[in-house]
Formats: sequence, C-alpha cells, structure tokens
Amino acid sequence: MNFSSAPMAAGTSSGGAAYLLALLLLPLLGGIVVAFLKDDRMAKLTALTVSLVELALVIPAWITFVPNGSRIQLALSVDWIPAFGVHFSLGIDGIALTMIALIGVLTPIVIGGSWADKLPEGRGAAGFYSLLLVMQTGMVGVFAATDVFLFYVFFEAVLVPMYFLVGRFGGPRRQYAAMKFFLYSLLGGLIMLASVIGLYVVSADYNNGVGTLDWQTLSNVMDQAPLSTQIWLFLGFFVAFAIKAPLVPLHTWLPDATAEAPIGTGVLLVGVLDKIGTFGFLRYCLPLFPAASQELAPLVLVLSVLGLIYGAILATGQNDMKRLMAYISIAHFGFIGLGIFAFSTQSIAGSALYMVNHGLATGMLFLVVGMVIARGDSRLISDYGGLSKVTPLLAGLFLFGGLAALSLPGTNSFVSEFLVLVGSYPNAPVYAILGAVGMILAAAYVLWAYQRVFQGPVRGNALVGVAGGPGAATDPAKVGISDLGVREKVVLAPLVILIIFLGFYPAPVLDVLQPTVDATLQSVGLADPVGGK
Amino acid sequence: MSQTFSLAAAEQVVPASGLAGSAWLLIALPALGALVLLVGGRRTNAWGHLLGIATVVASFAIGIALFFDSGSSQVQEAKLFSWINVNALNVDFGLRIDPLSITFVLLITGVGSLIHIYSVGYMADDDGRRRFFGYLNLFVAAMLILVLGNSFVTLYLGWEGVGLASYLLIGWYQNRPSAATAAKKAFLMNRVGDVGLAVAIFLLFKNLGTTQYTEVFARVGELSPATVTAITILLLLGACGKSGQFPLQAWLPDAMEGPTPVSALIHAATMVTAGVYLIARANPIYNLSADGRLVVVIIGAITLLIGCVIGCAYDDIKKVLAYSTVSQIGYMILAVGLGPFGYALGIMHLVAHGFFKAGLFLGAGSVMHAMKDEVDMRKYGGLWRIMPITFGTFLLGYLALIGIPPFSGFFTKDAIIAAAFGQEGWRAWVFGGAALLGAGLTAFYMTRLVLMTFFGKQRWKELKAEDGSDFHPHEAKSVMTIPMIILAIGSVGAGFFFTSGDRFVTWLAPSLQPLQEVEHGVLSHGMIQILVIGLSVLGVLLAWLIVGRKDVPVVKPARVSPVVRATRADLYGNHLNEALVARPGTWLARALVYVDNKGVDGLVNGIAASFGGSSGRLRRLQTGFVRSYALSMLASGILVVAALLMVRFS
Repeated sequence: MNFSSAPMAAGTSSGGAAYLLALLLLPLLGGIVVAFLKDDRMAKLTALTVSLVELALVIPAWITFVPNGSRIQLALSVDWIPAFGVHFSLGIDGIALTMIALIGVLTPIVIGGSWADKLPEGRGAAGFYSLLLVMQTGMVGVFAATDVFLFYVFFEAVLVPMYFLVGRFGGPRRQYAAMKFFLYSLLGGLIMLASVIGLYVVSADYNNGVGTLDWQTLSNVMDQAPLSTQIWLFLGFFVAFAIKAPLVPLHTWLPDATAEAPIGTGVLLVGVLDKIGTFGFLRYCLPLFPAASQELAPLVLVLSVLGLIYGAILATGQNDMKRLMAYISIAHFGFIGLGIFAFSTQSIAGSALYMVNHGLATGMLFLVVGMVIARGDSRLISDYGGLSKVTPLLAGLFLFGGLAALSLPGTNSFVSEFLVLVGSYPNAPVYAILGAVGMILAAAYVLWAYQRVFQGPVRGNALVGVAGGPGAATDPAKVGISDLGVREKVVLAPLVILIIFLGFYPAPVLDVLQPTVDATLQSVGLADPVGGK
Repeated sequence: MSQTFSLAAAEQVVPASGLAGSAWLLIALPALGALVLLVGGRRTNAWGHLLGIATVVASFAIGIALFFDSGSSQVQEAKLFSWINVNALNVDFGLRIDPLSITFVLLITGVGSLIHIYSVGYMADDDGRRRFFGYLNLFVAAMLILVLGNSFVTLYLGWEGVGLASYLLIGWYQNRPSAATAAKKAFLMNRVGDVGLAVAIFLLFKNLGTTQYTEVFARVGELSPATVTAITILLLLGACGKSGQFPLQAWLPDAMEGPTPVSALIHAATMVTAGVYLIARANPIYNLSADGRLVVVIIGAITLLIGCVIGCAYDDIKKVLAYSTVSQIGYMILAVGLGPFGYALGIMHLVAHGFFKAGLFLGAGSVMHAMKDEVDMRKYGGLWRIMPITFGTFLLGYLALIGIPPFSGFFTKDAIIAAAFGQEGWRAWVFGGAALLGAGLTAFYMTRLVLMTFFGKQRWKELKAEDGSDFHPHEAKSVMTIPMIILAIGSVGAGFFFTSGDRFVTWLAPSLQPLQEVEHGVLSHGMIQILVIGLSVLGVLLAWLIVGRKDVPVVKPARVSPVVRATRADLYGNHLNEALVARPGTWLARALVYVDNKGVDGLVNGIAASFGGSSGRLRRLQTGFVRSYALSMLASGILVVAALLMVRFS
C-alpha cells in the first residue's frame, strides 16, 4: 500500500493498525482499572502487568513495520470533526515507532523503580500508578497521531497526568514546580494552537480550496506556501516544541519540575515527554515548513549549541542531583537540536537515535540517582561522599550510567552523538566543533559528580553513622545503607544490556530510522552534504 | 622543508584469511575475561586472577602465531560487522592486520601477560584483586581494538576505551582523594585531546566521505594542503592528550596514584604510546604535510626536555619514572615527526622502551612493596644487598634506558638522535641538539635514582613507616621477580635484535614504507655516537658527584635555587592549568548557576506574570492550584472553541 501521495480515506486502516490502537488504549484502560484498586500492592502488580503486556505489544508492531515501506504505516483513520476535516488518524513512521518502543521499555522499568517509593502523606499507590498509565496513553498518542489536531489534543492531554504526578506525588516544592511546568506547557500549547488553526486556513489555498489537518496531505502541499506564511506557522510550532525539549532560554521550568517530580516520573519527563519537542521538529517543523526551516536554521543552531554548552556548564555547578539530571538533559537536547537543523541524514539520524539513547542512558542514571537518594534521604551532592566504600555496586552502576551520559564509545550514546557531530560538520562546522567541546564538559559534570558522591573518604550528612563516616557506627547494615537489592538489579539490568548492545550494534534501530530520516531531509528539499544526489 | 616525498603507490590490501581471519579472538578473549570478572562478582574471587592471566596469555599465543603466519608481512583486512551505517557514512567494525598492528599486539599481550602475572603477587593483599584483573583485561581488550581497528572511528573506540580503563585504575584507591582527582584529571585532559581526534575525523568524513584507513590513505592526496595540515595537527592534539605530550602532559605524573603494575603497563609500556602509534599509522597523511611534521617534531623536542628537566628534581621514585616516560615518548614523537626518516625508528624505540620501562616500574613496585609503599627515595638507600634480583633487573633496565651500548636503548635512541641531526639547516642543530642534551639529562636523573635507591647508607634503618612500624625490606616473591627477569632479558636483547641487519625496519615496511637513511647529516654518525656516550657518561658522573659521593639528606633541602624550585613545581604547568582553566571554570559555573536561577528564570517568570496581568495573579495561580488549573483549562477550552468558530466563519 502506498499512502505517500494521497491522503487516507476516512474509515480505513492498514495492516497492523490494530496493534497501534491496542498500544494506545491498553494503558488507558489499565489506568482506569488501577484507579479503583484499594490495595497498594494489587495496584502496583496490575500496573506492572499492564505495562509488560504493552511492551509485548511493541513486538508485533515492530515486526509489522516495514522500514523501507511507505512513510506512515500501521495507519487507521476515522472521521472525527468532519466540519473541519479533522480525523482520528493514527499511524507511525520509523521515528515514532522507536519512540513508542522506548515508552514500552521505560514504563515497566519506571514502575519497578518506583515500587518502594515513599509517597507523600495520604496519597495511595493506586492514584500514582493509574496516572502513570494514563500518561502512557497520552505519550503513545502524541507519537502515533497523524492528524495535526489530534496531535495537538494529545500534546495538551499529556500535561494533565504529568501535572498531577508532580503536584500530588512530588517533593516539598511540588506545587510550585507543577504549576510552573503547566503554565509553560500551556503557553506553548496555545501558541501552537494558533498555528494549527492558521495551518488549517492556509492549507485550503493549496489543497483545492479544502482546508485540512491531515499530516500526509499537508506535507505534500505546504511547501507551496510563501516563506513569510511558513515562518509564522513555523514559529508557532517551534515555540511550543522549544519549551517541551527545552532550548535555552525557555528551559527554567525543567530543573524545577525534574527536581520535585518523583524519580519515576522524572525519568519519563526527561526520557520521553521532552522528546515530544524534538519529535515535533522532525515531524512537523521540517516537512510542513521546509522553506522556513532552512531560513531559521541558523537561529535554532545557535540556541541548540548555546543550550549544549550552557546546560553542561550549569550541570557542573549543581549541588542537587535531580537538577543535575535536568541540566544534563538540556545539554543533550542541544545536541539533538543541532543534529536536526544541520540537515544531513547522518546528523538527523543521529538526533533521532539520540532521542532513544538519551531515554535509556539518562533514564538509567536518573534511576540510580533515585536509589542514592532513597538511601541517604537527600538530593544534595554535598550530603554524600565516599559512598563507593559502602555500596560498591551502586557506585559502579552510577559510573556506568554516567559514562553512557558522557557518550563514551562502546555505549549507545556515542553512536548518536558521533552521528550528530560528524553529520553536522559539513553544513555547520563551527557548531559541530563547539559541540565537540561539549564532550569535554560532559566528562567534567559526570566525573565530578561521581567523585563528590562516591569517592574520597566516607563523609557527609546523609551518611552520618555509616561505617567509617562521621558519627561512625561500625556496621553499615545497622544504619540501613545497603548495596543494591534484587529488585533494583532487575530494574537496571535491561538498561545496562541495551546501552552496551546498542553501543556496538545500533543497526536494528538505525535501520528502522533511516528511511524516515531520508524522507525528512528530502521534504526539506536538501541533498545530503556528503554523498548526496 | 624542501624534501619532497612521492606518494606511495596504493597499498595492497588483501582480505584476511586463515589465521588472520580469527584475529578477532585477540580482542574477544580479554573482553570476555573482563565481562566474567566484572559481572560475575564475588563468585569469581577464587579463580578470577587466573582467568585474567589466561585470556591475555592466550591472546599472546595467537599473536605469536600471527607473527609467524605466512601472511604477516602483508596488509590484511577483516570486516566483522557493520557498526555505524547511514548513507555515505559506513563505519565497519573491522580489523587491519599488518606488521605495525602485529608489533603492537605482541607488545601489549606480551608485556601485558607478564604484568598480569606480577599483579597476582603485587595485589595479593587487596580485597578487590578480582576486579583489578577485570579492569586490566578491559584495558587489554580496548588497547587491542585501538591498534587493530581498520578506521579512525574504531581507533577512537579503543582510544576512549583505554582512557576509561586508565581512569578506573588510576582511581583504584578511590577513597583516597588524590587518587580520585588524578583519575578525573587524566580523563578530562585526555578528552581535550580526543576533541582534536574527533574533529580530524569530521574533516576526513566531510572531504573524503570515509574514515577507513585504506580509503583515506588512497585518496588523501586529493585534499588541499591546508586541510591536510589541519588534520595532522588535530591528530597531534589527540596524540598529545593520550601520550602526555606538551601542553597536555600534566596528567601523566599524577597518574602514578594507581597501583604500580598499572603504571608499568598502561602509563609506561602501552597506552601512553598510543599517540606515537596514531602518527605512525597515519603516515600517508603526515607525508603530505611538511608543516604538520615540523609541529610534531617541535612538540616532541619540547616534551623530551621538559620531562628530563623535571625528572631531575623529584624524590618520588614513581614520579621520576613517570617524567622519564614523558621524555622518552617525546623522543618517539620527535622520531615519527621526521617522516619517512623516522616512523620505523619511533616504533623501534617504543617497543624497546616498552620492555625496559615496564621492567623499571615493576622494579620500583618491588622496592615499594618491600618498603611499605614508601615512594620517597630519600628514605631508601643501600637496598642492593637486600634485594639482589630487583637490583639486578633494575640495573639492566637502567643501562638500557640511558643508552649504554650494547643495551637496547643505545641502538634505538642513538638512531633517533642521528636522524634528528640529519635534518636540514637549523633544524639539525635545534632538534639534534635537544635530543642530545636529553640523553645527558636522562643519564643524570636515572643515575641519581639508582644511587639514592640502591646505594649509599641504609637510611630507612633509622626511620619509621607511615604506620609507625620499622621498615623490613625483603626480596619479592618469585611470581613478581620472574616477570622482572624476563623483561630485563628483553631490555638487553631487544635493541640489538632490532637493529642487526635492519630486520625489524624491513619487516615494518608494508605499514610504514621503507625507512629512508640519512645520507649527509651535519655530523657524522660516528661523531654523534661519541657525543651521545660522552654526554651520558658526564650525566652519570654528575649524579655521582651530587648524590653518590656523600650521604643523601633524609629531608629534602628547602633552600634551593629558583631553577630547582621551578622544576619541583613541574615547571608551573599545574599552576597554569589551575589559573587558566580550573579556577575560571569553577567561577563561570557558579556565576551561571546564579544567573540561571535569578536572571533567566526571573525574566521568564516576569514575562509570564505580565501576561497574567500582575505577579500577584501568578502567585495566586500557584497557591490555589487546583481551582486555577480548572480555570485555565476552561479558558483554553473557550479559546479553542472561539478559534474554531472564527475559522468557520472567516
């Protein structure tokens, strides 16, 4: 089947669409069920089961997807608001597929990682896990929507569970952080909405007088729009996306939200939710507004590289481990932005792969940070020291996650960072070199944090009473600081395996991404700077 | 430089077959060892060290077999699998088996095996010995990837891999703050160099669309001279980081915080010579840029002198050896910078140095083991009687290093000095002179070290160890002495073997092109030999006059000349780093954190507040959040509907 030329007729579906629909609806149904469970343990087990079934569903979807087939696959479409040509249309390309797979992998891990979390007074596990599952539906929906309006709906809908997850289950300043997150996102969303409406209006001029919000149709016709129109529409989408995958200076909500969010929620926030922004660049900004993308690329490149350096420098200066995770992510989003707007298939493929790899690597580091905090009951680096002597395995895994975050070759992140930089160099040499300098800073923030928390003599307020530490009780077991337990090992093991495996053999993901990446660059109307035709 | 070199004909590359086809086992065995030891945990404590030794010895055996294989004098390639592949960019996980890589395989696994065996004794009392062997195995695997990879990207993989192993092992005693800081410093300074290597790779990809050696070397002639020179200097930056060359030399002496076998294997014999390997490997690129080679020679000459000078001032036995390593690698870098006159000489000195310096470090480790980890030579003295084997093997390594004929250092270093004198014009005098002066200084600091450690009064008799007990020096166990003896034999024999009949140089030719002999230098070869030996003897005598003739004070003299004070402070290299990079970096980070919290956030909050009407409104939004949330949802809902209606009726 070939959908690349004609929009899909309403009420149709293509092969495997059922899998996609199931992937979208299962977590929502699961979330509703979990919400009514009284028993905490029952709620956790049900949520875990649902998330594992969801992960299993990714497999047939992955197999059904033909990398070199048409752009959007597993598609289905039904009429929704006929008056405005709005359809409930789902479908995925290679990038969306890998993101949905990432969600599938991360959700059960996050549930396992949150298993022993102490929730705030008076909050039950049912609410937490129910919201987590509902948010999963929202996340899948964002990546699976092929109607611009449907995308907008999911884009806003995903805010709601996140808002409550931070605001009800987060740290001491959770209400402030949740509101800040919400206001920023809402502002972005409203600006985008204006662009969505504008897009509908403008599209009529190039689509035989019929306004449309079908992505496929729009991507075929919008390149005819004049540059000025494209720029206005581009900016509306861009601001929303630049808030989501925060580019400096729109980033300040992220450290607050990340710091106050429960660990598991934080992992999904930086690992998946923020990628909606970079996904938006790839799916909406580039193909729908090709001329504007080219015109404004220098602006985005500057912001990206600024974020890459600025985020990294700020990361070295953090004393709060969770804020550190946020600034590391800001630096990494800089790399992703650089790759997307450097316009080569290598750099764009690198960015798309980075979106997956950052979720795995930073996700792992974030979970390990959570395990440190669970033991010391403090987020502050200065409350720790010499922890490797007490918990060597935890220390080793923090370092492992950190090495993946600084893109050491042999870990998955190296492949994506290398692709971004080597692919950016031909079109944007100065930015690529600045990005390479960011590699030094990455080593600095990771290793310095590791040194302060884990190396040196045992010290710090969080470790008072630990063997050899200040206060000096003699038996670590007595003061409750022990090395990783079975649950924690099981939670981290899949991430360790994936990080190494994709570091040496990224082909399974790259092969899925590449046709979509090629099509994305083509839609901008540019040829590859090296070896392009 | 007026000398021009014709481009070598495109090299003959054959697909690896037979034994070379299983060269991947070289890497896979130690990698598997590392995996089992690091993941296996305590269950492998009992036999972990044996597995660690077995994998490296097995790799060594395969290396020997490859060496005697009929195909070993060719350039063979084996593609294992496609690693990173996006359109024009194709990076294979592939191996290149040629005389240069086989030479390194033998050095890494040979010296590596001996040091693994030695570590069984040295680390016997360490609870983490199993993990130590895991890291060592990881290092060997990464180092083998570095030298066997067939592209600049696989080299980069090994390059940062050995950097990781080095980081883990320098920081082995990680609850000691100085060790943790040294490890981090090593990694960061290496990353500075790595950026150079990375940008060189970007340039190659942009201009040639490939990073694989054979393709790059075949087409590098298409590049503009400026691009070629840029690539040579960027690669040199990488080499400076990894090999502790000026201006990135400061991490290497600090790296002595690691256990001594690590210093011997990683920070003397193998990893730190990777920069020399890189330049020798990229010889078809360096052949095309006289300017690039000149920069290489200058860096080598500066570094060899810095290393010698600082080496004269230290009382810490490992730091002296570390600066000696900095300086000897300076010789190698100088050699490969001479282009076709020096590639093979640099590699020859590298192999010889690998033997004698590893031997010297193991000897130093044996002394430290006997002296309760004391490293201050002022507390040693007269140890030759008590540790005869350590003394004997150390003496042979010493003679090899200072280049007394017929030991290996004489042949290999002498050849480099002669080649430096074979340059044209002022270069002959400047670089030849620097190399010559270095030889004299080397003899001085090494003699000083030997005299202070093994001769003179037994000063430790009147001193206490750090834990307050008396010193009871003793000879090491045989598991430690046997590797030392083998390395000492290597130090004696290697140089002679290398130069007799130019066997080694000829064998390397498929990788490095035939060595061009210097025909008419400013000095005759005989004259240079006389000068080298004369200056070395002078250095020995001077050292004897200063520390051999009379007793060495146990506390180092405080009233010294400014020159000595400067050398004791590493010629202020660390102060410079601190003042230019570390302190401004910390301040910048602090300032930006402040700005980000107050400025950027405040600004954006302010704008948001003014959108909402007033900052008071925002604060109310934050407090009554559920109601406000509902309100804003309602507001946005109304907006959506309104917008839709507007469109409908427009």
